[in-house]
Parts: sequence; C-alpha cells; structure tokens
Amino acid sequence: MAYPTLENVLRILTLQDHNTRIVLAGACAFGVAAGLVGAFLLLRKRSLLGDTLGHATLPGVAIGFLIAYGTGIDPRSFLPLALGATLTSVAGIAALLLIRRFSTIKDDAALAIVLSVFFGFGVALLSAIQQLPGGFASGLEHLIYGSAATMSSTDTSFVLVSSLCIAVICIALFKEFSLLCFDEPYARSSGWPATALDLLLMSLVVWTTVVGIQTVGILLVVALLVIPPASARFWCDGMGAMATVSALCGGLSCLFGVFLSALFPKWPTGALIVLSAGAIFAAGLVFGPTRGILIRSIRTRREELKLRRDHMLRAVFECAENSSESVPLSQLLTKRPWSRRHVTSEIARLADRGLLTFSLSNDSVQLTTTGLSEARRLVRNHRLWELYLIQHAEIAPAHVDRDADRIEHVLSLRIVEELEDILDQRPHDRLVPRDPEKSHL
Amino acid sequence: MTTPPLQINSLNVSYHSKLVLWDVGVSIQPGRTTAIVGPNGAGKSTLLKAALGLIPASSGDISFYGGPLRKCRSRVAYVPQRESVDWDFPVNARDVVAMGLYRRIGWCLPVRSIHRRMADEALADVGMADFACRQISQLSGGQQQRVFLARALAQKADLYLMDEPFASVDAATEQAILAVLERIKNAGGTVVCVHHDLETVAQYFDDAVLLNMRIVAQGSVIDVMTPENLRKTYGARLALVDELETNLSSSIPARK
Repeated sequence: MAYPTLENVLRILTLQDHNTRIVLAGACAFGVAAGLVGAFLLLRKRSLLGDTLGHATLPGVAIGFLIAYGTGIDPRSFLPLALGATLTSVAGIAALLLIRRFSTIKDDAALAIVLSVFFGFGVALLSAIQQLPGGFASGLEHLIYGSAATMSSTDTSFVLVSSLCIAVICIALFKEFSLLCFDEPYARSSGWPATALDLLLMSLVVWTTVVGIQTVGILLVVALLVIPPASARFWCDGMGAMATVSALCGGLSCLFGVFLSALFPKWPTGALIVLSAGAIFAAGLVFGPTRGILIRSIRTRREELKLRRDHMLRAVFECAENSSESVPLSQLLTKRPWSRRHVTSEIARLADRGLLTFSLSNDSVQLTTTGLSEARRLVRNHRLWELYLIQHAEIAPAHVDRDADRIEHVLSLRIVEELEDILDQRPHDRLVPRDPEKSHL
Repeated sequence: MTTPPLQINSLNVSYHSKLVLWDVGVSIQPGRTTAIVGPNGAGKSTLLKAALGLIPASSGDISFYGGPLRKCRSRVAYVPQRESVDWDFPVNARDVVAMGLYRRIGWCLPVRSIHRRMADEALADVGMADFACRQISQLSGGQQQRVFLARALAQKADLYLMDEPFASVDAATEQAILAVLERIKNAGGTVVCVHHDLETVAQYFDDAVLLNMRIVAQGSVIDVMTPENLRKTYGARLALVDELETNLSSSIPARK
C-alpha cells in the first residue's frame, strides 16, 4: 500500500481539489442529517428498522436503473435510482406493517424477513443487469458499499438539499418527535396525531437512507443512523444536547472518513466513514463524561475510598471513645476483618489528609481535631440510624449494625435532623455523640 | 343534572378476537374521585385506554362532557402507567412535565421560559420542586410517578384519568398523590383512578366501579364495596366467564 506524501496530505487538508470539496460537503451534510434523524430513531427503539430500510433500497436501485436504461435516460444519473430506492423501502415498511397486522410474528423476525427478502430480490436484479451490454453493473455495485468519491456536483446538490430539508423538519418538529419517542400513548391522548408523526419520522428515515446510499452505501447506511446518536449518549444528558452532539458526531465521522479516503484512494469511502464513526463511539464509550467507562470506574473507586475512610475513622473513634485518645494498631485490627496491610495503608492515607496522626514509638494512632469531628459525625449518623431501625423499623438488633453500615454514608443533613426529631434525642445522649457543630456552643 | 365528565355506554373491546370488556357502561360523577377496581386482567387499564381512543373499541359510545373527546381534549388529562415508558430517556423532570404543555405551545414552537415556570409549579404541586433538573433515570419509582402526575397537572384539566398511580410507590408519594387528588376535587375537578389495593379504596375515593370484564357494581364506595359485590368481582371469576360465554352465544348471531 502506498503511503500519501506530505505534499498530498497538505493538498487534501487544504481542500485544493474541487472533487474533495464536493464530496466533503455532501458527505458532511448527510452525516449531520443522519445524526439528527438517528437520534429519534434510536430513542424510538427502531434502529433495526434503519438497517432493514437500507437493504430494502437495493431492488429499488436496480429497478430505477432498468427503467432509466429502458427509457433511454442516462442510467448512471442518481435520480432514477433514488426514486426506485424510495419506492422499495416504502414497500418494505408496508410489508412490515402487513406482517405485524396479520400475523403474530415478533418485530425482530419480521424485520429480518423483510430485510433478507428485499435484499435477495435486489441481488437477483443486479445479476440480471450484469448481463446487459454496456458494463453498468460495476457502477451499481459501488452503491452497495458506497462511493462518495464518484459523487458529481449534481449528486452533491441533491444530497445537500435533502439533508437541509431533513434537518429543518427534525428541528421544527423537535418537541413533537421527542414526545412521540418518549410516550406515544400520552401524545395520542393529548391530541397529537401520533400515527402521522410516526409516518413522517419513518419517511425521514427512508429519505436519509436514500441520500446515504451514495455516500456510505446500502449496507452501511444504518451505521450513520445508529452510531452517532448512540455515541452522543456518552457525552451528554438532555434531548436537545443529544440531538446536537449526534448531528456533530455524524458530521465528524463523514469528515474524517472523506479525508482518510482522499489520502488512501483505494479504500472505499463508506467503510472509512463507518470506521470513523466507530472510533468516535469507542472514544465515547471509554472517555464519555456522562456514561463513559472511565468516569464510572472513577466514581466507583471514589466511593469505595470514602467508604474505607469512613470505616477506619469510625473504628479509631470507637476504640478511643472509652479510653485514652491514642489507639494502638493492634486494637484497630480487632475491629473489623482487616489485614495489617490494609490498616497501615489506610492510616497512611488518612494521615496524609490530616485526619489522624501516627506515632511510630508506640505503634498507635490519634485523631486530629478535624478527624475527630468528622468521626463524631459519622458515628453519630451510624448510631442514629441504628436506633431508628431498632425502635421504628422493628429490625432485630443483631442485624442493625450491618444495615446501618450501608446507609450512614449517604444520610443527608435533612435526614439526620429528621432522625433526631423522631428519636427525641435525650435518653440516648450517652450512645449518640453530640453534633460536632452544636457541641461547641 | 350536570353532564357527567365521562359517560360510557355499552362498550365492547376485544384483543385478538378475545373479549376484554363486555357491555361496559360507566357514568363518572363530576367533582368526585372514582376508583376502578378489579382483579388482574379485568380490563381496568383497557377501559381507560379505550375511553381515550388509544385502543379501538368494537362498539359503544364514549362521551366526555357530553361530546366526543376531540371537542374537549384540553379538559382531559391522562396519567399512563409508570412502566409504560422507558425512563432511561435523556430528559429531566422539568422536560417531562413540560410535555403536558405541548398542546398549548402548539406545533413547531419551542418550550419557552414561561412554560418552564409552569412546569416547575406543577412539580412543586407534587412535592418535586427540588428535582426539576434531575434526569428522570435518576429518580426513584415514586418520584417518577409524581413527575407523571405533574405532567397531567400542568395541563390544568378538569378530568384526570390515572392508570395505577398508587402502584408500588413509597409513603411520601402516596401522601403527595392523595393531596393532589384532594386539591383537584376542591377545585371542582374529577379524578378516575385504576386502583389495585382493595383495602384503601374506601379511604382514598368517593366512588368505585367494580370491574371484571363487565361492570359488577358502581356508585359510592359505601354502597359498592360490599362483600357480596367483591365476591362477584374477585371470587367467582369462573362463574362470570361462564355467564359471559352464554350471553355471547345468545347475543351474537351465528356466522354462516
């Protein structure tokens, strides 16, 4: 494989080729439109429908070609193919609705049936076309895998205008589509024409699919309907943000894909676009700030550390409560099934935070003022909750310590106050340490 | 006499050629709360959905305030079952409540700050003011139920149709819903709830409709919730089905 020269890279990145500019504009517009429609498709849980529609365009493309060929129109122009594709994907939807209406076959099976039958029909028609004189068949095969590089300026205008229309409709009906996706029965009950909205959304999906045939190809068009919105969910909450990020991901995937395919002209553009989308998805999966793996494991780790800190503080406080303030390490080891290593590393961590001091001479620890007030708060929460469980939740005292252990870390100030009210503190003064804030008064 | 907010006459509904509701006639009294009570599979939710036109009825008349539903959509608010939607949807509590205002906002126009304020008021009415910006996936089941209730309240309707609002909710939510029912009633509104808990029917509601595919009894809770009626609704399901089948075979002319 030939690597591109630096000169080549610069020429492509600065968009000096007319062809690169055209392809880039068309592909990015399609990516943005697909990202928008895809957001609704994903939330409507109809992603597989996009795949079925994509495959169902193949016979339409072939029929469009045959009609153009028969009537003497240039069979390489995209318009007849697009019309044919629209026709058969609408027929695909109709077939789905018919199967759903007149049988008890589940949706996933119905989708698979329509997908394979339509695609099979398309493949059969293609092999018929191959036998026609003129050698057009290879041009059609391009459409299966996508060939953005061969986009003409007429094709690009079709893609641009279509993408613009799709985007405008999605934005204008943003609120209506969101409601349809979230709660269709409610939308219907409050008077929205849910069926019409649903049909419109499906039509937009068909339209997007047809537009995408040339850019990414029949087989891969579903990728741009599904991957960008799925990626968007790793980056943001909120419907508006999700649709925006999804459109952005779609556009970026196409941008990267087109650049890559300009650098490596032997690689099909469609595949490179989808691979770019996949890379963006993977990045979101790992680094996404709302649902990424990294942020989630950091959160879990942080909670775990806090839990360990709380337990150690409580243990030191409880050991010191009835004796001198300095607690020997050996006594801490008996409090919980802790290893010596765990205890020493935890103590080192707490000492770093200034919560306790460790004295080497007698192998013991002592809480600092900050550590003491924090420990007092924790023990207080723990015992308040224990008392509550014993007195009001009728839980056997033997089980209470363990249950309280889990909840004390998450008690909010308001709940603690409520607990105090419920338990009417006075009789338990000895058991429950005083509020560190109030004890200064 | 005032026109009833919801009047259903001889309603028949079937799913896949199996009868679910048979000759149901219900008259809901204005300014009162009504529970629709019956065993699982009695068609309680189906009754609400059929009344709202969400599932097709084989036959029957349904009128809201003396006319068809489309004449008075804004006066009727629906609270679906909590399980009917995917709560992992990327919206926050305020967004969901604002959906109750979409009709008022109209086609293609965005939700503006005045609508967000109205949504916040509705959230405050169900004790959820602090949760307006919380993602709905992060709410507890009871809080989600209250968000649904707030969405209906935001519509400022006169008739509220609620599908199992009390199903598996915490005590705080139960109190919040009861307070809302009281407030609706005091404002002259009407509430119809599908309810599953027999013990609380008399405590929570004014009227009850006992339903098991057909109406067993309806009226004020004191008159309706008798052991005799309950046995008819719950205890003798087989007998009911037998009766239904005899009735069916005699009332439907045989096909050729």
